[in-house]
Amino acid sequence: MSRISGRISTQSKDQNNLLVLLEEAQSKFGCLSQEIMSELAKSVGVSISEVYGAATFYAFLSTKPQGRNVIRICKSLPCFLKNSELIIESVGREIGIQPGETTPDGKFTFQLTNCIGACDKAPAMMINNEVYGDLTSKKIMAILKACK
Amino acid sequence: MPEKRIVLRNCNAIKPNRISTYLAGGGFEALSKVRGMSPEQVIEEIKASGLRGRGGAGFPCGLKWELAKNSEGDGKYVICNADEGEVGTFKDRYILERDPFTLIEGMAIAGHAIGAESGYIYLRAEYHYLLDSLMKAIEQVRKRGFLEQFDIDIREGAGAYICGEESALMDSIEGKRGEVRYRPPFPPTKGLWGKPTIINNVETLMNIPQIILNGAAWFDQMGTERSKGTKVFSVSGDVERPGVYELMLGSSLRELVEDLAMAQRVKIVQVGGATGRIIPYSMLDTPLSFETVLGAGAITIFDESRDTIDIVYRTLEFLAEESCGKCAPCREGTEALVGILSKFSRGEGESRDIVVLEQLSQAMMLSSLCGLGQAAPIPVMDSLQHFRDDYENRIAEKMAVQ
Repeated sequence: MSRISGRISTQSKDQNNLLVLLEEAQSKFGCLSQEIMSELAKSVGVSISEVYGAATFYAFLSTKPQGRNVIRICKSLPCFLKNSELIIESVGREIGIQPGETTPDGKFTFQLTNCIGACDKAPAMMINNEVYGDLTSKKIMAILKACK
Repeated sequence: MPEKRIVLRNCNAIKPNRISTYLAGGGFEALSKVRGMSPEQVIEEIKASGLRGRGGAGFPCGLKWELAKNSEGDGKYVICNADEGEVGTFKDRYILERDPFTLIEGMAIAGHAIGAESGYIYLRAEYHYLLDSLMKAIEQVRKRGFLEQFDIDIREGAGAYICGEESALMDSIEGKRGEVRYRPPFPPTKGLWGKPTIINNVETLMNIPQIILNGAAWFDQMGTERSKGTKVFSVSGDVERPGVYELMLGSSLRELVEDLAMAQRVKIVQVGGATGRIIPYSMLDTPLSFETVLGAGAITIFDESRDTIDIVYRTLEFLAEESCGKCAPCREGTEALVGILSKFSRGEGESRDIVVLEQLSQAMMLSSLCGLGQAAPIPVMDSLQHFRDDYENRIAEKMAVQ
């Protein structure tokens, strides 16, 4: 019985949990637009600035439109020691944009990120939720080619 | 001392998607045993074992549980901190991938001990790919009836290092910016949604079922005087064999770095990630323990080709970026340290900059609100202690050019 009531109370909490809602909106719409943020503010019952504050606090939430494939290359020390800078260059060359930018066709957003916990397969990167490790320039070409 | 698998005993031995393989090896026997014990008895056992938190701070686990149990009020919470964001740490990922059941059992035991009915696993956004398998594992445990008195939900982070800090983590679960809270009150008195809460690292909870089954005395005889049991290390950087290793606490850094991970020409070992210690090669025989160096067990190795100032500079850049910004000593201090280190990195450092680095470091250690700002100066101070020549040579080179 406590299990069932536990589940229900958790779910009702989720309906008012700003971060859960922001995460859902991010994955559904790919970006947290002003309209989405003000709608969320109303439904949760907090100020727009609080929503904006949370939306801009977390690296995986974005208030700007993002590409279909968000590339995040790890720039932390363990990956740096395994030549992540070469990987960053290779990706940049391959898709023609710099970190922080999105390709005009909306296919790729290119970001650098802090440690993703894949140091045993450094250099590593994420594309959306997938991790790719032991990267080489050659591997990257194949990985990027497979992106839709 | 050889490798010793207690925390990792099921990793690669059971199937993480089959609860039957976990049950076949004695899974959930500890939880059954605990159901026949009073919360006080469970807490006594954990206290007597000497288990300390594996997330870096090393707080005595049983004491934390006792504080929460003795706190007034219902609706208590158990939180598993799976936000593993420390640079160079991936042991919790390794565990979650291979043995989610021991963690779930550990959490259920914690729930019984403190009188909580629900718990959360706070999973970092970067580990989203583990969400599905974790949820399935919880569902299997639920189906077998082991979560009838205590249920577990997963909350995902959204990319913020600071959310590994327990008070920021709770704010994040509550749906807010992950900013650090002022303490007291501490979480065991007033935590998640104001309720008594314990927050334990993945690895800490992994130790619980074995302690219950084998007894506190069994655990207490392993390790050093104030560091009992084993520790799981994440080893990366300039090594032949990066990966996850579990060693008896008190084992030497040399054994881990040279014998197991097969590092050569070691110059520096960073123990504990960005906020951890900088250990020079000459101190490689240092034992790994709470009394000496440990952190959350991130071990990053730098060989002789690496530049000390570059390492410290990059470390501080990371911390400045990840500071939550709530308190000025950390928000401004990390930026200022980065500014000075960048001068050194460009070859423009001056003698007086070293004085500023030291004074600012002291101020930040004393006045920052949480562990990030308090520990951010450690790499600066350690490098000035062990590699001061590197800073001074940079200054001398600049003078020579002029």
